[in-house]
Amino acid sequence: MAVVFQKTKGLTDKPFHYCPGCMHGIIHRLIAEVMEEMDIIDKTIGVASVGCTYNNYDYFSCDMVQAAHGRAPAVATGIKRCKPEEMVFTYQGDGDLASIGTAEIVHAAARGEKICTFFVNNAVYGMTSGQMAPTTLLGQVTTTSPLGRDAETRGYPINVSEMLATLTGAVYIERVALFDYKHIQEAKKAIAKAFRVQQKGLGFAMVEFLSTCPTNWGKEPIEALEWCKEKMVPQYPLGVFKGQDLEV
Amino acid sequence: MAKRVLMKGNEVIAEAAIRAGCRHYFGYPITPQTEVMHYMAREMVKHGGTFVQAESEVAAINMVYGAAATGERVLTSSSSPGISLKQEGISYIAGAELPAVVVNIMRGGPGLGGILPSQGDYFQATKGGGHGDYKNLVIAPASVQELYELTVKSFDLADKYRMVCMILGDGTIGQMMEPVAFKEKEETLEVAKPWATTGMHGREKHNTITSIYIDPDDLEAKNRELQDKYREIEEKEVMFESSNLDDAEIVIAAYGTCSRICKNVIRQAAELGIKVGMVRPITLWPFPSKEFSRVADMPSVKGFLDVELSSGQMIEDVRLAVNGKKPVYFHGRMGGNLPTQKEILDEIVKIHKGEM
Ligand SMILES: Cc1ncc(C[n+]2csc(CCOP(=O)(O)OP(=O)(O)O)c2C)c(N)n1
Ligand code: SF4
Ligand SMILES: [Mg+2]
Repeated sequence: MAVVFQKTKGLTDKPFHYCPGCMHGIIHRLIAEVMEEMDIIDKTIGVASVGCTYNNYDYFSCDMVQAAHGRAPAVATGIKRCKPEEMVFTYQGDGDLASIGTAEIVHAAARGEKICTFFVNNAVYGMTSGQMAPTTLLGQVTTTSPLGRDAETRGYPINVSEMLATLTGAVYIERVALFDYKHIQEAKKAIAKAFRVQQKGLGFAMVEFLSTCPTNWGKEPIEALEWCKEKMVPQYPLGVFKGQDLEV
Repeated sequence: MAKRVLMKGNEVIAEAAIRAGCRHYFGYPITPQTEVMHYMAREMVKHGGTFVQAESEVAAINMVYGAAATGERVLTSSSSPGISLKQEGISYIAGAELPAVVVNIMRGGPGLGGILPSQGDYFQATKGGGHGDYKNLVIAPASVQELYELTVKSFDLADKYRMVCMILGDGTIGQMMEPVAFKEKEETLEVAKPWATTGMHGREKHNTITSIYIDPDDLEAKNRELQDKYREIEEKEVMFESSNLDDAEIVIAAYGTCSRICKNVIRQAAELGIKVGMVRPITLWPFPSKEFSRVADMPSVKGFLDVELSSGQMIEDVRLAVNGKKPVYFHGRMGGNLPTQKEILDEIVKIHKGEM
C-alpha cells in the first residue's frame, strides 16, 4: 500500500501534551516538516523556552537546549557563536519574548545574530493560566485584567514584529496566521524562508505566529480561531515587515 | 622555568583562559574586572574565538549556557552587582550540568556599593547564590601566578564535574601587577562530551540539555545525583595552603588579598615572640574543613583569627570546622578598605594576652 501521509522525521514519537485546539502543535509540525524538507534535522540545534512549550525538546528530533524564561535568544547566541555552521532556532511565547525577554530578543536582532526565532503570540500567558501578556488586546479579559485590559493602568499591546523590523540586524520579519490551509501553507513558507536567511548568513530572522489559547481564552477551538481572526488581526496585521524584497 | 612577565591580575585571567583552550567569552563591563573583557576583546579574534559584549550580565550568562551546551570551553567575568544578575543563569547551569568558568572580582556592596576590593560575596559564591540545592566550585587565588595556574585548572574542573567553577578574587587581586611565568604549553584535561548539543550529524539520538524535571521523583533523583557529585568533590578537590603551623599558638584563617597581608603580620608577630600560623583556603567550596579541624586539635593552638574583607562570612565555615574546640576571633574591614598589618597584629597581641 502506498504511504499517503507520514509523520515528519523532524518530530519524535512523543505525543504532544497541548490542549485541544491549541496551535502550538501545528507550528511544531510546520517547523519539523521544513527541517526535514531542507534536510537540516541533523544540523539544527533548537532552543526551547519557558511557557506551554517548555519541553518541546522532547518533540523536535534535532538537538535541543531548554532556556530560562526569556533568555532563549541569548542562549541561541551562545550556541550559534560556537557552532556557526549549525542552524539555530528559538521557539518562544509572547510572555517569554515580549515581556521578560525583551532585552534578549531586541539585542539578538540588533546584533544580527544568524538565528531564527519562532514567536508564538497567543495574547496571554498560557502556561501559568491566562494572565495578561504584553500582547493582550485592549479590553481583553484575562486573570490579571479581569475587567479587561485598560490602557490607563495596563498600557498598550506591543507589536513585536513591527518593532524589531526597525533594527538593521533583523533582515526578515513576517507575521503569519494559521486560520486555514492557505494560511498554514504561507506560514510554512515563512519558516522555510527564515531558515534560508540563516543558511545564507544574512542576519536575524523571525516569524510571528498569531495563535490561539482556547483553554485560557475560555473559548471552543473554532470560536477561538474566529476570535483570533476578528480581534487579533486588526491589532496584529499579517504580512512581511522586513525583507519584502529578499530573494532567498 | 619560563621567563617571567609583569602582568595585571585581570589580564592574566584572560590569558590563562585562552591558554586553557577557552575560545568563547561573553561579558558586560563592570569595574574592577573590566581588563578581563578588554583583553578578550583584543585577543580572542587572534585565536579565532568569539567575543560578545552582551546587553547585560543576564544575557552574558545565558550565552555562556548556550556555548557550554555545545561542549566548548567558555568564560564570563564580572564583579559583584553583575554576579547577582548572573545567579539565575548559574542556577540553570548547575541544573543542566554544564561546564563553565565564571570570574567574580568582588567589590564592596550591598547595592551599587563601591568599586574597591571586598570579600562580601563569599556567602553568595559558596552557599549557592541562585535558587535550588546546588554548589559551585569556588577558587580563591592569592597572587597573579596563582590566578594563572588556577584559572587553567578551573576549566579542567568545570569540564570534569560539569558545573560552574568560580574564580573568586577581589579588586586588589584583579588590579595587582605581578610577575607571572607561563608554561610553554598547557596540559589540560581532555574530557569527552557525548552529551553536548552539537547538531546530530548521524548520532542515533538527539541530545537535550535541560534543568526541568516535572515529576518530583525524577527531580529528587537528579538532586541526589548532584549531591553525590558534590560529596565526591569534597573528598577529592579541596585545596589549601598551611604555613608556620609547627608550635603555632594562634592560627590565622584568611584567603586571597587578606592572606597576603597576614603573611607579613606572621613575621612581625614572630619578632614579638608570638608564634602565628595560617591556613589559607584555596578552594572556598569545597572548604578545607578537615584541615581546620586537624589544626584545632593541635595542643599548641590557643585560638584562631579569621581575617576578611567583610563583616565575617568565611568565619562561619571556620567555626563549623573548628567545632568549638578552640575560640575563633574575627577581624574584618568593609566598604573597600583593607586591614592594616598593625590592626591585625594588635588583634594577635590581644588574643595572645588573653584579652579577647
Ligand atoms: C523567571 C520566571 N518567572 C516566571 C515563570 C513562570 N512562568 C512560566 S511560563 C510563563 C508564561 C509563559 O507565557 P508565554 O511565553 O506567553 O507562553 P505560552 O504558555 O502562552 O505559550 C511564566 C510567567 C518562570 N518559569 N520563570
Ligand atoms: S494553555 Fe493555551 S497555549 Fe497552553 S497548551 Fe493549552 S491552549 Fe495551548
Ligand atoms: Mg503566550
